[in-house]
Amino acid sequence: MGMLKDMGHREKIGLALIAVALMALPFVLASAGTAWVRIMNFAVLFVLLSLGLNIVVGFAGLLDLGYVAFYAVGAYVYALLASPHFGLHLPFWVILPIGAAVACVAGVILGAPTLRLRGDYLAIVTLGFGEIVRIFMNNLSNPINITNGPKGINRIDSFQIGPVNFAGSDTLAGLVFSGPIKYYYFLMLVLLAVIVINRRLQDSRIGRAWVAIREDEVAAKASGINTRNIKLLAFAMGASFGGIAGGMFAAMQTFVSPESFVLNESIMILAMVVLGGMGNIWGVIAGAVLLSFVPELLRYTVEPVQMALFGKMLVDPEVLRMLVFGLALVLTMRFRPAGLWPETRHRRELSENRA
Amino acid sequence: MDILLQQIINGLTTGSVYAVVALGYTMVYGVIQLINFAHGEVVMIGAMVAFSIITSLAGSGMPPLAIVLAGVMAAIPACMAIGYLLERAAYRPLRHAPRLAPLITAIGMSIILQHAALLIWGRNPLAFPQIIENPSFSIGSAAISAVQITIILLSLLMMAGLSWFVYRTRFGIAIRATAENVHVASLMGINANRVIAATFVIGAGLGAVAGVMYGSYYGIAHYTMGFTLGLKAFSAAVLGGIGNIAGAMLGGLLLGLVEALGTGYIGDFSDLCRWPGASEGMGWMGERCADGAHFVVFGSNYQDVFAFLMLILVLVFRPSGLLGERVSERA
Repeated sequence: MGMLKDMGHREKIGLALIAVALMALPFVLASAGTAWVRIMNFAVLFVLLSLGLNIVVGFAGLLDLGYVAFYAVGAYVYALLASPHFGLHLPFWVILPIGAAVACVAGVILGAPTLRLRGDYLAIVTLGFGEIVRIFMNNLSNPINITNGPKGINRIDSFQIGPVNFAGSDTLAGLVFSGPIKYYYFLMLVLLAVIVINRRLQDSRIGRAWVAIREDEVAAKASGINTRNIKLLAFAMGASFGGIAGGMFAAMQTFVSPESFVLNESIMILAMVVLGGMGNIWGVIAGAVLLSFVPELLRYTVEPVQMALFGKMLVDPEVLRMLVFGLALVLTMRFRPAGLWPETRHRRELSENRA
Repeated sequence: MDILLQQIINGLTTGSVYAVVALGYTMVYGVIQLINFAHGEVVMIGAMVAFSIITSLAGSGMPPLAIVLAGVMAAIPACMAIGYLLERAAYRPLRHAPRLAPLITAIGMSIILQHAALLIWGRNPLAFPQIIENPSFSIGSAAISAVQITIILLSLLMMAGLSWFVYRTRFGIAIRATAENVHVASLMGINANRVIAATFVIGAGLGAVAGVMYGSYYGIAHYTMGFTLGLKAFSAAVLGGIGNIAGAMLGGLLLGLVEALGTGYIGDFSDLCRWPGASEGMGWMGERCADGAHFVVFGSNYQDVFAFLMLILVLVFRPSGLLGERVSERA
């Protein structure tokens, strides 16, 4: 792999240390409580989602405000194919690709009519699309019960590899691998694959075409790039990553309902991408991890402080969380438009004054 | 036939609200080509402010009309102030930034306003206090209520007023010149910053009234109401041709009608049992439809889908909208 070859000794050692730390992390977290492993897993899930959205927003410069729709599609595909709802119990390695493919098709269906228009139309249409998907999930319980409506689908199968079921604990070499820890390792594998794919994409012909479109669509077109297809590709790829993440979400939660896929989730993922630095994989990862822990941070600070000061909860941490995300978007755009860890090219582009 | 007339009346009512909100989107877009995502939230805040005032005055013994008027009169300056602050603090610093930046800021402001409203007014909807009688008048076999008449007339009045302002006054000329070309307008001695701020303030003021009308029509105001209302009004603006004031009005009314008629008839239309041949034979379909049963694929709970479907159709087949003067395909 080109990435490793280019690195010096010190970088290789650094990478190895990070890898070891990430391998050991779930056991450290588990000693503080399994809940923390779960929180970490959701952070990784959001990293995956942010990396998917980053392809669309960061690489290609297309503002997608309905990204959560693809996440939802992936989750519902998993839920329908691996739960008692239809009595189907396919293995996860069959369903995840199906979910990715269905999400991909959804991405193309949504992208095709809108991609030849200005970017802001795309933003509003994707916003509407996200809502439509949610309305359908809420109402497709009648006349034929497909999604079970607002009640959602429960008792979804966990992952199963051979004899190992991800729902329970296994002991190996004296270490207890609880369900969340197994999911953690699986998520890490997927994350690694997604990072590699992203890096390769970024440096490929397609990646350069995306950047060209982002910077100047007319010039890109004039240079012989089929802008519509390349943009569709960004949309489709971002959507498939969302679909895969959705499938894993369904398995980890063993329950899905339309309530998990509201607009606020899309905004949250967008805030992660924007705060970290659109287009920069490492920035996006950092942004996602940072913002994933905001709810926990608020829970452990705002709640006790309020209880101590007023004896009751005046401000719901949930509300504060959304305020933080909104502020993150506004302040990042105002003061550091290229994000906290900007991509070099993006920084130049976003700090340049275009009249 | 009575259902048709009734749905047309209902559609015109919501449609005129959409039209007034759409004006806010279209004016801002016309001048600085920005979709002000937060506009829907401004409308929501207008409704919330007015409802709070009306509720707190409800027991004061003032005449009901004066109470409602007081609510509206409080909502308008509140919204105008928010509109001004939005432009000043969030959008103006980004005026020369790449397109994505103000768009993302607009999303952020929308989330902030929505959750600030949640902090102030809480999760429960505010109910419109029953202080005003709402008599219904019958037209044929359909009914129109006093509130509906008020909404339609007031909207028409506001649209007429805005048209007069934009097309007949000096400041209106400045707005249109700025919409045409900011730089050239500035060279002609127009204070572009003032014009841009003014479009935000005017749009927000109209939005405040629209919010109160929408809230009193449905009887409640809620911190999430701005989102769907805003999306629909934006769809209306695109339908009419964004940037075009007459287009926003036409688009709003049309969208209201399509939505009302669609919601009224989609249940019957998508009832497979009513389709010829469905109830005879065809295995389980025949069984399901026996004894006049229904098999409704899309019920009226799909109401909110119409606006988006229309938006997508317009973007595919006529991106410049019905009265569009601007080409929307721009780099």
